[in-house]
Amino acid sequence: MTSTSEWVVAVLLVLSGAMVLAAGLGLWRLPDFFLRMHAPALASTLAAWIVTLASIVHFSARGEGLSLHVWLIIIVLSITAPVTTMVLARAALFRRRQAGDALPPALKPRRQERPPPSPR
Amino acid sequence: MSPVLSVAITVTLVMYVLAMGLGLMRLFRGPSAQDRVLAVDFMYVVGMLLMLVLAIRYDSSMYFEGALLMVLFGFVSSVALAKFLLRGEVIE
Repeated sequence: MTSTSEWVVAVLLVLSGAMVLAAGLGLWRLPDFFLRMHAPALASTLAAWIVTLASIVHFSARGEGLSLHVWLIIIVLSITAPVTTMVLARAALFRRRQAGDALPPALKPRRQERPPPSPR
Repeated sequence: MSPVLSVAITVTLVMYVLAMGLGLMRLFRGPSAQDRVLAVDFMYVVGMLLMLVLAIRYDSSMYFEGALLMVLFGFVSSVALAKFLLRGEVIE
């Protein structure tokens, strides 16, 4: 006999597995580093949230009250994941610029250098 | 534990292991050093999720502390590696 909470946990777990697999496929298949940076964010945000939700449902359904301590992982992860991404992106930009490789285009078009005013 | 949940946990673990294998391939292949750092960071996150699923599987909250430690160590190692790529030194 499968209870409702077990169905919920099962569906959430399989969903998170699909998310992590999509992130892995993106990490493997995308052609450029700055494109590849998007993929693991799927694992560290959406999949982690879903697994946390499944864990809360599972441990709360045992009848010992609400168990929210797994939430701590989400808090830590949502603080640390952007920092990692940012530092890594800066490192990649720096190394590409040093190596003279092609960089991704800037967000704002760079302003045209004005020619120096000609002396009259 | 009902058979539905047991099958779901097995499927989820297999998907996680496949994703970790893809990350490992990127770690070996990765044309640049930052690709490898990204792959290590991804594998840390997937390992942490795997420990959370094992906590549900064995119905014990002891795995939670391990998962928390993995988050923290993954963050520290990724930032240290990225800082090394950026500056050539970790602590200056």
